[in-house]
Amino acid sequence: MTEKLVINFTVNGEKEEKEVIIGQTLLKFIRDELHLTGTKEGCEIGECGACVVLLDGKPVNSCLILGVELDGKDLITIEGLSKNGELDRVQKAFIDHAAFQCGYCTPGMILAARALLDRKPNPTDEDINEALSGNLCRCGAYQEIREAVKASAEKK
Amino acid sequence: MADLKTVGTSVPRKDAIEKVTGSAEFIEDRYMGPMLYAKMKKSTVAHGKIKNIDTIRALKHPGVKAVLTGKEYPNRIGLYLIDRTFLAVDKVRFWGEPVAVVAAVTEKAAAEAVDLIEVEYEELPGVFDPREGMKPDAPIIHEDLANYEIVPIFYPEKGTNIANHFKVRKGDIDKGFAEADKIIERDYYVPQMQHVPIETHKAAVQWSLDGKLTVWSTAQSPNVVRQLLAKSLDMPMHKIRVISSYIGGGFGCKAGASIEGLLVPIAQKFPGHIVRIVFNREEDMQGTFTRQALYSKLKTGVKKDGRITALQYEMVWDGGAYTEYGVNIVRAAGYSSTGAYDIPNVKTDSYCVYTNNSIGGPVRGFGMCEMQWGIERQLEEIARELGMDPLEVRLINGMKKGSTTASGQVIHDLDYDKCLKVVADKIGWGKKEESRDGKYRGKGIAGLVKCPAQPSNAASSAMIRINEDGTAHVMIGATEMGQGMLTAISQIASEALHIPVDKIDIKVPDTDFTPYEWQSVGSRITYTCGTSVKRAAEDALGQIYRVAADLLETPQEDLSFDGKKVFSAKNPDLTATIREVADSCKKCTGEGIAGPIIGRGSFVPTNMTNLDPETGQGNPGLFYCFGATGVEVEVDPETGVVKILQLACSIDAGKAVNPQLCTAQLHGGTIMGLSTALYEEVRFDKGIMLNRNFTDYKIATIDNTPHMDSFIVETPETNGPYGARGIGEQPMIGVAPAIANAVSDALGVDFNTFPLTPERVWQAIKNKK
Repeated sequence: MTEKLVINFTVNGEKEEKEVIIGQTLLKFIRDELHLTGTKEGCEIGECGACVVLLDGKPVNSCLILGVELDGKDLITIEGLSKNGELDRVQKAFIDHAAFQCGYCTPGMILAARALLDRKPNPTDEDINEALSGNLCRCGAYQEIREAVKASAEKK
Repeated sequence: MADLKTVGTSVPRKDAIEKVTGSAEFIEDRYMGPMLYAKMKKSTVAHGKIKNIDTIRALKHPGVKAVLTGKEYPNRIGLYLIDRTFLAVDKVRFWGEPVAVVAAVTEKAAAEAVDLIEVEYEELPGVFDPREGMKPDAPIIHEDLANYEIVPIFYPEKGTNIANHFKVRKGDIDKGFAEADKIIERDYYVPQMQHVPIETHKAAVQWSLDGKLTVWSTAQSPNVVRQLLAKSLDMPMHKIRVISSYIGGGFGCKAGASIEGLLVPIAQKFPGHIVRIVFNREEDMQGTFTRQALYSKLKTGVKKDGRITALQYEMVWDGGAYTEYGVNIVRAAGYSSTGAYDIPNVKTDSYCVYTNNSIGGPVRGFGMCEMQWGIERQLEEIARELGMDPLEVRLINGMKKGSTTASGQVIHDLDYDKCLKVVADKIGWGKKEESRDGKYRGKGIAGLVKCPAQPSNAASSAMIRINEDGTAHVMIGATEMGQGMLTAISQIASEALHIPVDKIDIKVPDTDFTPYEWQSVGSRITYTCGTSVKRAAEDALGQIYRVAADLLETPQEDLSFDGKKVFSAKNPDLTATIREVADSCKKCTGEGIAGPIIGRGSFVPTNMTNLDPETGQGNPGLFYCFGATGVEVEVDPETGVVKILQLACSIDAGKAVNPQLCTAQLHGGTIMGLSTALYEEVRFDKGIMLNRNFTDYKIATIDNTPHMDSFIVETPETNGPYGARGIGEQPMIGVAPAIANAVSDALGVDFNTFPLTPERVWQAIKNKK
């Protein structure tokens, strides 16, 4: 039988207690057990960044982390970024700048950008390039993404 | 067209909120009910006879529900040349070809069972280079080629590996070369590349006991999936429903039909269950379409004044193991084989050759990136030989109003000169920058052209339902894979219908409910679907006026509609709200006038013809879209690293329906082109794909994306909706040659192939010394 463990965590602001299959990735746990399907799978081996979520505020590839590691942690997925029906600044800026096309890499891209802005409210182009270099966008919306992230920086 | 209200404005994307909040539904995001998970057993040899497949242990594995092999399911499928089966039957033709499929209650059980299947092969000699494959003693990959069903615009050569030989004979090639002052001849090579959309290929199918097959697919074209499945499975179309979600990138690899049919016999055994397959990254790279490699010989004759008198192009394409779709890429490259230039005498032979490499197929550009690489590199060499400015050579020979293509089609709606000049001006063409810090600088330019490669009768249709409150639903069969179709098509509907774009709803297709669209390929949707939608909107608007005329008892000709109310220009008292007209309109006596308004529109090209089988002459182009790329580079001779200092791109969109999204496409195509120019090459070792993940196969990231300057030129397309033409693929075409031309300019070294990796550039510098 598949072995399971009970874990306690916060997801998008809500406290949860759930069973997790030992050996299941955080990505699969988020999609299959929490049914938060905004987190995408692109490669399963940490190369593309489509599955980025925020764990205790840090961007991580959820395909490289086990579900059990969520125990005691705070998880933010793309579904948790907008609050009370209001989009986050980064989400708004992505719309204003057409910073996505197919939208498949977008949740991971937006969360990685959010984490950068939390760490560095006024990032330079180099900061943005470095922070988002692990998020692949095959539609090639990078120039628009760079503009969107800069536009969502804190007003000086 | 000065008074356009919506077309030409940058309204936000229709899919914007969904896509930034993670609620946009891709097929794997749908909870579908009782599931079975499928996994493929793949060939471990590139070419071999299947001696035996032992599935006994796999069938006994806990959780396994079914195992299917090609012998039990030999049905054929293909778009143009029906040369494919869903699973290999009797023999395998490429490494990684599916030979069996397992369905189990979990993905894990299916994967474990796959490992328990034992396949015995008798390996056969393989063909890994199409030039070898053309030789008379080459191993034959498809013994039955002559018996395959094929659309009769392709010319396979019986008893060979040649799946299509397309010919162009325009003017008098001998006379053209005789007139030339100089003849330049070179070989070029373009390797395979992979699309790598971030969403891999996925499909799910469900069989109901009433004989209905439901398919969810990442396919770019649900109608083609339905059509090909109906044929392959001998089923009536109304019993097949194909549903499209948002698609996480297509770029051609999700065109046609492929994986959906793999699952049908299993679904039939378990009615009500949904059988799903999700390709992992490696399977996606190795088992789906790959851009065909091109080995070419190009010879041009040119006068001292720069005018090209003759062009002879031999193209040998690596079609891979199956060329059901690839035969048409070879044809398109053939009939477009002068690129963006007007050349009077042309002889082209374009060959599609089977090999035991991965399946060749459509990729953004559909042969144009590969074919125009040779043209745009050779123009550089011509300019150097003649001591002329490469821009000048392009302007002299570039197509103009009234020019003819290689196939003799006359083109009217273009301003190629402007496309070239805007990018040249932007990068400071003609001003040579000196080398700095031991690094060399150079500038390069390249032009581009492409028409949609589609059958002459590829059709499109649309319906518009007007709701009781005067809002509307647009129903179409095109798919949304990032290109912004939903938004642009809504804008066209809004413009023609006078209803504001935010009062128009539009969805991705479902063949049970949405009308026919051939395929979302070839940068054709803005034009084809856009025309259908415009016609449907005009039809609905006509009905609005007819009903309102009855209601108001006034002539139709006097009426105007502003999106909210219909009113008479002559009598301001005569006015009706759209709600009064649209909500089952009745007179004050209670007598009904008209029921709900439904507009319909359809489209099929009337300007395309078949091509002469011997000369390739005729009209294959629905429309031609031109553009250009300009680049300034800095090359470090110590490392061979090419740095992009300036990147400018232009496209003649006819009319940009949504300038912001048009620019986004222009940038996206340019980045994909840059990525292939500098990084991407699929490597094979005797058919085994060596780089099957993002670590070994690098694509452009944000940190190697330079700033781009973009220019939308607008020379209206006479028959396009509001003058628009499609531009999605085109921006990619000029990038690799423009970069190579710039690197050549910097170093005085030539490149006949790309990507221009540091190793290749460094080696070229070393060889020069």
